[in-house]
Amino acid sequence: MTAAIRARALEKRYKDVHALRGIDLTVEQGEFFALLGPNGAGKTTFISILAGLARATAGRAEVMGHDVLDDYRAARRLLGVVPQELVFDPFFTVRETLRIQSGYYGLRHNDDWIDELLVHLGLEDQADTNMRRLSGGMKRRVLVAQALVHRPPVIVLDEPTAGVDVELRQSLWAFIRRLNREGHTILLTTHYLEEAEALCERVAMLKQGRIVALDHTARLLSCEAERRLELKLDPPYLPAQLRRWLIECRDGRYCLRLTDYAEIETVLASLRAAGIRVQDMTIAKADLEDVFLRVMAQQG
Amino acid sequence: MTGFTTLFHKELLRFWKVMLQTVAAPILTALLYLLIFSHVLEEHVQVYPGVSYTAFLMPGLIMMSVLQNAFANSSSSLIQSKITGNIVFVLLPPLSYVEFFLAYLLAAMVRGLVVGLGVGLVGLVFTDLTLVHPLWMLAFALSASAVFGTIGILAGIWAEKFDHLAGIQNFLIVPLTFLSGVFYSIHSLPPFWQKVSHWNPVFYMIDGFRYGFFGQSDMPPGIGMAVVLPCVLVLTGITLLLLERGYKLRH
Repeated sequence: MTAAIRARALEKRYKDVHALRGIDLTVEQGEFFALLGPNGAGKTTFISILAGLARATAGRAEVMGHDVLDDYRAARRLLGVVPQELVFDPFFTVRETLRIQSGYYGLRHNDDWIDELLVHLGLEDQADTNMRRLSGGMKRRVLVAQALVHRPPVIVLDEPTAGVDVELRQSLWAFIRRLNREGHTILLTTHYLEEAEALCERVAMLKQGRIVALDHTARLLSCEAERRLELKLDPPYLPAQLRRWLIECRDGRYCLRLTDYAEIETVLASLRAAGIRVQDMTIAKADLEDVFLRVMAQQG
Repeated sequence: MTGFTTLFHKELLRFWKVMLQTVAAPILTALLYLLIFSHVLEEHVQVYPGVSYTAFLMPGLIMMSVLQNAFANSSSSLIQSKITGNIVFVLLPPLSYVEFFLAYLLAAMVRGLVVGLGVGLVGLVFTDLTLVHPLWMLAFALSASAVFGTIGILAGIWAEKFDHLAGIQNFLIVPLTFLSGVFYSIHSLPPFWQKVSHWNPVFYMIDGFRYGFFGQSDMPPGIGMAVVLPCVLVLTGITLLLLERGYKLRH
C-alpha cells in the first residue's frame, strides 16, 4: 500500500538555520501519528515542505505517493493542513470562507459537506457570521473546516489545541478520532504530550532537525522501565538497605526508583521489619513526558 | 478552471465589499483634480485645436485612475494576505502559479477599469467627450491596466511590510503617473524634459488613450502600443518566473 506520507533524506536550510538535517519518515495510511519536539526542532518546517509552503533544500517528500514538487496538484489535493497560526480572511463569513476554499480545490457544489462540517465542529450558528467577529476558538474550528473541505485522505494538524479551551479540545479530538476511524491518516504536532499519548499509535521525536526517537507509543512507554514509589513514613526514616533506590527526599516524602513493581514487596517488608509505618504511598508510571525529557536530554 | 475562477471571484469580492474605499474614493479624488485644474486652466490652456482643456484633462485623469487602482488592488491584496497570514489559504490548494497570476491580474484590471469608467461617466457631467477611435482607447486601457496590475503583484510579493509598499506607491507609481502628461501635453515642456518623458512608459499609455478620444496625440498610437505591449510581456514574464520559483511566497 502507498504510504500516506513519505520523506527521504529531507533537508532544509534557511540562511543561517539548518532546520531539517536529513529526515526519513514514513507514515502509513490510517495511522494516527504524532510529531513531537521542542520549539525550533523543525516540526513546522517539515509540515510546510509537505504542504508546499516551503521547499526542501535536498531530499524528497511525497503525499500518497505524489511528489510534493513534481506532482504538486495531486499531492495538495490529497492533503489537508490546519496551520498553527490563527489566520482568517476578514472580508468573509464562515460559509463564504468555506465555499471559497472549496472552489480553490475545484469543488463547486460542496454545500452538503460544508453543512456537515459546520455541524460536527459546532459552527452551525456562526455560518453567516463574519470571520472578524468570531472568538479565537471559533476561528480555530473554521481553520479545521477549511482544511477538510476537499475531504483529504491525509490530514495534518500543526498544534491544533494551542490556546484552546477544554471543551473545544475534547470535541475537536472526538471529531478527529472519528475521521481517523473512517480511514483518514492524521499527522499531529503538539506540545501537550498527554494528548499525543492518548491519541497516537506512533510518535516521532524531533530535535534540532533530526529524528531522535521513532516508535510505537506503547513501546516507547514500556522502554521507559523506571517506576517511582513515593512514601510518607512514620517515623520519617528510611532503612539503610533501601537507600540505594532513593532518588530524593522532599517535604518528608521519600521518592524511590524501582525497576519492577515486584520490588514494592521488598520495600514494604523492610519497612515492616524496621517498625516503620506507611502513612501514604503513590506509584507513578512513566508517561510520554518522561520519555520525551529523557530522549531530549540524551541527544546532546 | 474552478480554482482560477474562485480566486478571481474572491479578489473581485474583496474590493467590491469595501467599494466606498476602493471605488468611490478614487473617483472623487479624480473629480477634485478635474474641478480644480479645469477651473484654473480652462481659460488659459488649449493643447489640441478644438479640444477644451477640461476635455483634454479627462482621458488623462481616467487613465491615471485606472493605473493607480490596478496597482493598488493586487499589491494591497497580496500584502494584506501576507501580513495577516491568510495567504496560506491560496498557497495550500492545487492552484498553479499561472492561475494565481491571472486571477490577481484580472481582478486588478477590473478594479482599475471600473474606477476609470466611473471617473469617465461622472466627468461627462462637466464636459463633452468624443470617442474617435474606441478600439485604440480600449487597447490602451487594457494593456496599461495589465502593466500596473502586474507591477502591483510584483510589489505585493516583494514587500514585507506596508512601509515597503508605501515606498513604491509614493516614489514610483505617483511620480510616474503624474509626470506623464496627465495634466499637460509634453510638447509644452522644455526639450530636455520632453526627452525624459519619452523614457516614461506611462506617457505612451496616457497619450495613446487620449488618441482614442480625440484622434490627436503627441505620438502616433502605434508607437505607443509598441512600447506598452513589450512592457506587458516583460513584466508578465518576470512575475511568472518569480511565482514559479515561489519567490518570497514558498520559502
